Amino acid sequence: MRRQPVPTRRRFLGLAAGAIGALPAAISVRPAEATPEMMATAIRAVTGGAPVQTGKVKLDIPPLVENGNSVPMTVSVTSAMTANDYVKSIHVFNEKNPQPNLGNFYLKPNAGRAQVSTRVRLADSQKITAIAKLSDGSFWSTTADVVVTLAACTEDVI
Amino acid sequence: MKATATIVLTSLLIVAGIVPRPLIATEIPASERRSGYTFMGAETRAMQDDDTTNPGMLGVLDGEALWNRKAGSAGKSCAGCHQDAKVTMKGVAARYPAYDKELSRPVNLEQRINLCRTRHQQAEPLAYEKHELLALTTYVAEQSRGMPITPDPTPELQPFVAKGRDLFMHRQGQLNIACTNCHDDNWDKHLAGAAITQAMPTGYPIYRLDWQSLGSLERRLRNCITGQRAQNYDYGAVELVELELYLMARARGMPIETPAVRP
Amino acid sequence: MTAALINVPKKAKAGDIIEIKALTSHVMETGYRHTATGEVIPRDIITSFTCRFEGDEVFRADFFPATAANPFISFFTNASKSGKFDFEWIGDNGFSQTASASITVE
Repeated sequence: MRRQPVPTRRRFLGLAAGAIGALPAAISVRPAEATPEMMATAIRAVTGGAPVQTGKVKLDIPPLVENGNSVPMTVSVTSAMTANDYVKSIHVFNEKNPQPNLGNFYLKPNAGRAQVSTRVRLADSQKITAIAKLSDGSFWSTTADVVVTLAACTEDVI
Repeated sequence: MKATATIVLTSLLIVAGIVPRPLIATEIPASERRSGYTFMGAETRAMQDDDTTNPGMLGVLDGEALWNRKAGSAGKSCAGCHQDAKVTMKGVAARYPAYDKELSRPVNLEQRINLCRTRHQQAEPLAYEKHELLALTTYVAEQSRGMPITPDPTPELQPFVAKGRDLFMHRQGQLNIACTNCHDDNWDKHLAGAAITQAMPTGYPIYRLDWQSLGSLERRLRNCITGQRAQNYDYGAVELVELELYLMARARGMPIETPAVRP
Repeated sequence: MTAALINVPKKAKAGDIIEIKALTSHVMETGYRHTATGEVIPRDIITSFTCRFEGDEVFRADFFPATAANPFISFFTNASKSGKFDFEWIGDNGFSQTASASITVE
C-alpha cells in the first residue's frame, strides 16, 4: 500500500465486510489510488488544455451502487450527428480507482445518436466526469457523484 | 486484524438487531416469501431481465456448445443421449437435487452432470466452480426458467431434507450464528450496505457482481459458512446437498430465474 | 472458452437508428489484485473493441482495468443498407475475439 489510510467510515465498512467473509484480498486492499490531479492530467491528455464547457453531456449512473464491480453507465450527448456537426469521441474519468480512465468511445457522424453504455468498476464512492469532443473542436462535460456500497458477504479469491 | 474484524462485525450485527434479539427461528410464511431479485436495485434487476445484457447468458451460450460436444472415451455428447435440452431438460433444475439410487444419497445438478460424464461418457468429471461445469449447469437450469420449483417427493430424500433443515437452524462457528438468524429472522434488514434476503435459491447458478462470474449455490453456501466463521464443507459434501434440498423446499412454487444476477 | 453475445436487429428500415449491444466473456483482470500469498495477479484485459460495417469503422472503444468483467458495450448507428457488422475485441496476451451479425435494411 502506498500509505497508511486514515480510518474512515468506508474503511470501517471494509473491515466489517471482511469479517462476514474472509478478508477480500482482492478488493479491500487498494494498491494505489488515482487522485483528482491524476484525473486532471488524464483529462488534459484528451483536451490538450482546451477549455471544457459544462453542458450537452448527460451521464446516467446509479447514485447508489450495489456492487462496485459492475456499475452500469450511459453517456449521451446532445448533437445533430450530421457530417458537419457530430460527436467525435466521449471520454469518462474517475478520481479514486487506481487508474483515472473508465473508457474512451469513438463515434462516427452516421451513429445517428451520440449515446454509449458500458459497465465499469468503481473502487470507492467518488466523482465521475464525462467529456465529449465535438467535430468543431469544442469540449463539453458533466459530472456525477456515486456512492459505492460493499457486499456484506465476501470471500477468499478462488 | 481478524479479532478487530470480528469485533467490528459483532457491533454491526448488534446495530442490525441480530445478536441481542431473542431467537425466534420461524420459517417465513408462504405469502411473505420473496426472491432475492426483489431486494435488488433497478439497475441490477434490469441486467437480469434483458437476455442481451445479462452476463449469465454467456454461460448459457458456452453451456449449449458443451452440451453438443462429444466428451470421453465413449465418444458421446450430452445431446447424443438427451437430444434437445430445450425439450428434455425442461423442468429438471426445478426438481433438483434428486435421489441417486446407486449412491443412496441426493445429488445436485452439478453432480448429476458429472455422474453422466463418468457413467455414460467415460469422461473425467468437471471441476467444481470452473467455467465448464458452471456453463453446462447454467444451460441445463435455464431450460426451467419461469417454471415453479417442485422438489422431488421421493421418500428416500426426506431424511436428507430434514437434515438440511437442521443444518440451517443450527448455530455454529465463532459467531455462534445459524442461517435462520439472518435469513428467517432478519431478512428485512441490512448488513453493512447489503440486503440480507430470504435465502431462496431461485436463480442458480447465479451471475454475482461480487464474483464477476457465474457461481453455484454451493459456492454461495460456503461463502455464508465462512461468514459464520465455521468449519466449511468441501464442494460436493452431502451436508451442502442437504442444505440445497432444504432451501429448494423453502422455495417450493417460486419460479426458476436462472441465470439470475445478484449483487 | 470464449463467447460473445451480439444483439443487432435482424431487420430495419433505411434511416432507422439502431442500437447494437455486445457482451463478451473475459475476466478483465486488473493487475491490481493480489493472491492470498501476496503476489500480484498480472493484468489481463481487453484493451480495444471495434465495430465495422462492410469494412468501415462505425464505432470503437478503449477498455481499461476499470471495465467490468465480461465487458458490455452498447452504441447506435444509422441503418443505411443491408450488410454485415464485424466485431473485434483485442487485448493483453494476444487476446483476439471476433463475431459478426447481419442486418437486412428495407
